[in-house]
Amino acid sequence: MRLSYPTTIKIIRVPCTGKVDTLHIMRAFEKGADGVYVVGCREGDCHYNSGNFRAKKRVEQAKELLDAIGIGGNRVRMCNLSSSDGPLFVKYAEEMHERICAAGPNPIKLAVKNRSTAEAGSKLAAPS
Amino acid sequence: MIVADKKPIEEIIDTVKDFRNILILGCNECVTVCEAGGKKEVGLLASALRMYFLQQGHEVNIGERTLERQCDHEYLEEIRDSIDHYDAVVSIACGVGVQFTAEKYHSKPVYPGVNTLFMGANEARGVWTERCQGCGQCILAVTGSICPVSRCAKRILNGPCGGSTEGKCEINKDVDCAWQLIIDRLKALGRLEEYEAICPLKDWSSDRAGGPRKVVREDLKL
Repeated sequence: MRLSYPTTIKIIRVPCTGKVDTLHIMRAFEKGADGVYVVGCREGDCHYNSGNFRAKKRVEQAKELLDAIGIGGNRVRMCNLSSSDGPLFVKYAEEMHERICAAGPNPIKLAVKNRSTAEAGSKLAAPS
Repeated sequence: MIVADKKPIEEIIDTVKDFRNILILGCNECVTVCEAGGKKEVGLLASALRMYFLQQGHEVNIGERTLERQCDHEYLEEIRDSIDHYDAVVSIACGVGVQFTAEKYHSKPVYPGVNTLFMGANEARGVWTERCQGCGQCILAVTGSICPVSRCAKRILNGPCGGSTEGKCEINKDVDCAWQLIIDRLKALGRLEEYEAICPLKDWSSDRAGGPRKVVREDLKL
């Protein structure tokens, strides 16, 4: 369809969203992702019966954990669409892009940056 | 199996917030099956703690290890060489595992990561219910394989009480009356005369009420 969606989106393909584990979502944030959204088949249309339902529950689990540790559960989301629905995919991509821009960068990136700045500063102050 | 539930992460963070080298120790048995303390949960907890500490600006080393069981010496020995890298252990095994780990590595603080609840079965995905309280004198042979000690709120042994209504216990409309279940089962099996037989006074000394228990098998000791 040659539609375009924001360049901030990086796609990781899986055969079914049922393959996505909560740990994959958590690791993505650990490695600096600002947001994760899991895009699966429409409910009831899962090719593997209930993969998208499992993904939905895992996304909720990740949301709770991220809220509890201060990253923010609003950064993770489950979306459902038909695999041929290009315009809806673009709509979700744009919504996600705006939502994450509003939420700001992943707090971990800032914390890591502050720490390495502080370490570099202390090394300059006290040369070995 | 032993059924446990994850502790809220805020509680775990509160216990370990001052340590800088933490080992998350899981168990491959009961807590894996009830999805509270297995390898996956070790990974999740470690990831969450890493992100939390990073945000706080602390450099914390979080190790991850899942043992086959934490209630056997041989399996706990597997971490003998690596445990000194850590200042504290969060064991997400059942209460037995937490204690046994602490006994073995007595100079290392060991904290629980799950709340251990009961011995039960997996009725449906995500649902576990209590089936056994370890009373030490199993009477399932005469109650149609349904336990009145663990499933009856009053633990009575000779039929339902006056609170049994339409097969439900008076404490909660979602709790089945164990004695109704027993009667239905014995009727279906054609053994209702077993229900008529009076169950004598139970010897509760083998229950937890009699104090901490021990099993010694002389035939197994070397």
